Amino acid sequence: MKTKVAIIGAGISGASIARVLSRYENLEVHLIEKAPDVGWGVSKANTALIHGGYDDDPDRYPTRARLCIRGNRIWHRWVKELQIPHVWNGALIVATKEEDFDELEKLLERGRRNNVPEMRIVDREELFHLEPGLTRDAIGALWVPIVGQIGPIPAVIAITENAVANGVKTHLETEVSGIKVENGEVKGVETNNGFIEADIVINAAGLYADKIARMVGIDYFEIHPRKGEYWIFDDDVPGPRRVLFPTPTPISKGIVVTTEISGHLMIGPNAQDLPPEEKDNLATTREGLEQVWEGAKKLWPQLPPRSKVIRTFAGLRPEPTGGDFIIKAEEEVWGFINVAGIRSPGLTSAPAIAYEVAKIIQRDLGIELKEKSKWNPYREEISHFFMMSPEQINEAVKKNPAYGKIVCRCNNVSEGDILEAIERMKFIGVKTPSVDSVKFRTKATTGTCQGSFCRPKIVQLLAREYGVEPWKVTLKGRGSEIGVGDVKALLRGDA
Amino acid sequence: MFPRIPMLNYDLVVIGGGPAGMAAAIRAKELGLKVLLLDENDYLGGILPQCIHPGFGLHHFKEELTGPEFASRLAKKMVELGVEYRTAARVMEIKNYSDLEKVVIFTSPSGAYQVWTKAIIYTAGARERHAFEIGIVGDRVAGIYTAGEAQTLMDIYGIMPGREVVIVGSGDVGLIMARRFALEGAKVKAVIELMPYPGGLARNVMILRDFNIPLYLSHKVVEVRGSGRVERVKVVKVDENLREIPGSEFWISCDTLIISAGLVPSVKKLKKIGVEIDTATGGPVVNDRLETSVPGIFVAGNSLLINDLVDYVVEQGEVASEGAKEFIENGGIESRKWVKVEKGENVRLVVPHYLSGDRDVYLYLRVSRPMEEVELRIPEIGRKIKLPVVKPAEMLRIKLKAEEIQGEKLTVEVVKA
Repeated sequence: MKTKVAIIGAGISGASIARVLSRYENLEVHLIEKAPDVGWGVSKANTALIHGGYDDDPDRYPTRARLCIRGNRIWHRWVKELQIPHVWNGALIVATKEEDFDELEKLLERGRRNNVPEMRIVDREELFHLEPGLTRDAIGALWVPIVGQIGPIPAVIAITENAVANGVKTHLETEVSGIKVENGEVKGVETNNGFIEADIVINAAGLYADKIARMVGIDYFEIHPRKGEYWIFDDDVPGPRRVLFPTPTPISKGIVVTTEISGHLMIGPNAQDLPPEEKDNLATTREGLEQVWEGAKKLWPQLPPRSKVIRTFAGLRPEPTGGDFIIKAEEEVWGFINVAGIRSPGLTSAPAIAYEVAKIIQRDLGIELKEKSKWNPYREEISHFFMMSPEQINEAVKKNPAYGKIVCRCNNVSEGDILEAIERMKFIGVKTPSVDSVKFRTKATTGTCQGSFCRPKIVQLLAREYGVEPWKVTLKGRGSEIGVGDVKALLRGDA
Repeated sequence: MFPRIPMLNYDLVVIGGGPAGMAAAIRAKELGLKVLLLDENDYLGGILPQCIHPGFGLHHFKEELTGPEFASRLAKKMVELGVEYRTAARVMEIKNYSDLEKVVIFTSPSGAYQVWTKAIIYTAGARERHAFEIGIVGDRVAGIYTAGEAQTLMDIYGIMPGREVVIVGSGDVGLIMARRFALEGAKVKAVIELMPYPGGLARNVMILRDFNIPLYLSHKVVEVRGSGRVERVKVVKVDENLREIPGSEFWISCDTLIISAGLVPSVKKLKKIGVEIDTATGGPVVNDRLETSVPGIFVAGNSLLINDLVDYVVEQGEVASEGAKEFIENGGIESRKWVKVEKGENVRLVVPHYLSGDRDVYLYLRVSRPMEEVELRIPEIGRKIKLPVVKPAEMLRIKLKAEEIQGEKLTVEVVKA
């Protein structure tokens, strides 16, 4: 008899857990997500960093401190196994006044306690060698070479694809409405798509982890949304080579300046605490964006004219009561494991969190995990036209002419890339065709024109491949349909 | 490093199969050049096939045509003349090895090719500014489209984007889309214009009256809210310095927001090979053959500057081809000296930037602000043209005779008569 595991939430935590648990032959793993695709919650909008692990105080936040550096180390392996787009370019925490060095010394010391390798304080001369475009006010920095950047949603997608290839079952557009507990043991989850039996329920529900925990009567923590806003600029705007942080203040880690992995200058986030009921408030604000602009300018004085922005966006971090990650099997309900409050450095920690959960299942629930004899650790990235040489294009075109046809002109995404993305969507169980699902897999619509040229073409391809009418294709799930009907629908009065 | 992909040889490659490109290719063929036109769409015509309204061709064909009609006339002529073209062909890179050795690498459903050519005419059009560029904040939801995207959805793909529409920008594209939505049964709730005057041609501003659409001058949309789809937009009034007036905010409920906030010439590929750009037009700096600062690279249409009339676009394509012919025959465009065209009072932009005096030339210009009873003057040569009214929305075009073009520079100004 297999032990049935239901993971609630297919973000970076849930997907990582699913992948790690897919390794065991005595587990049957179900990954449940209310959104139409994976990674659309907290994982979607953040600074996309693999942190160095120097920032988390091991006395106040022991779990964060322990898992961040472990996660960083594991990511170095996972990005290769799963072909996740990434760059290991290091971070500089920049000092602009003498007092800042006191703070940097503290971070250095903390980093040493957390076992962060290779950190050191660099002087002004070396600093400008590492980052020539930095503000001339900079006088030194803490240099953390192990910091990197990845695409967070591509990472969730890659991990999920690998998990599914290893037998994990996904349930997308499936919202958990209750958890069945009998005699103090979990029995399964109730959803809009019926009951899913489970011996173990893992709560990786991001912003809604408190709501899920309350379904089994656990109410010792709350999750507060904390909004962060960002600007992202056109790819001809010069950005830094490293990840740049200001020296932190007691209130904030500060506004980060990076060149994200697709080559766009990105600045953000600010931090605004929202009331608990605003867990879907992802609206950008002028005040917030202004704050980010002013903050970024202090590190990167050569910000472009504002018209060079290609997108502004906001994300929510799930801030738990107490501030530390909550990762534990709850004693009062056997089989219920919380993976809650996975705020920064959650993306970094996710792989370590996943192994932690496997350990908890063995140690605290006493289930011995048996490894599969054949478990595939590898997953191939989809084709990207923009990575191909002209010779490779001609090889690909022999297989399918669609690889020679460009759909997204800003980022050079071919029709072939998009068709592959749609196949992959179907592979992990995406039921509602969305432009965003294609966007996160291919980078189509994320360039200079933000999709005004290619979105209709992508809609057409999604409609054809999913067999739906084109106006029913969505931007990002139900309620965001591209149109209201065919072009004469309003005149006929049937839309 | 030369890629190992099939090689083609031409005198001239035209990049972009809209009206500028088609006109250039036709003229080039007539002039006896071996020309290849490349276009990334599945069909020729550029943006014209989705412009199903009339108003095209009054100058060029001396009759009023729709966009598809205008495009098909040019396409027919291309076919009659046997102009070679490829659709679904996207140019990846332009390499400029020497004046008469250029390579265009393109990809298509039959694979990637390199075209060796002596000259290039770049007619890739423009792109539209989007909501983020004009500082709109709030929710990133469905229902926000540029005017061009909405037009593509409706008139290429047959999709109705929404029911209740607010349009940002009263330029021609915004006004034409206001009519288009109204004709298909949508409620156009407002056209919001930042400036104190409408941005479109007079004949298009009439649309608002015809369809009873409120126009808010000196207003801007600053925020979008909605879950999944647009539900409402926040509008604010601005003062004469375009600063927002506190307390003047109001919301309009709608499910669709159309952004028609101007066009930007698509010239990234030209910038990469060092073509000098005029910050006023957003397009390249050119001489009177519409040759850019890189010898043998010509430009026409909306990649040169944003035009109001397709007729001028066609004219520019033809001029560029004549330039390319001369370039190929003489190994370059030569002039005894270049006369610089300078912007004077109330002139926001003027093209071309350098004149040879070897040929007659059309100057295309726009004013910065509307004025009445004015004179367009070129003081250096004593040229004066009376104009009853000038508007930034209406491009001015004046012809200069070759013999008029002399001296170090010519200053174009628009002043009170």
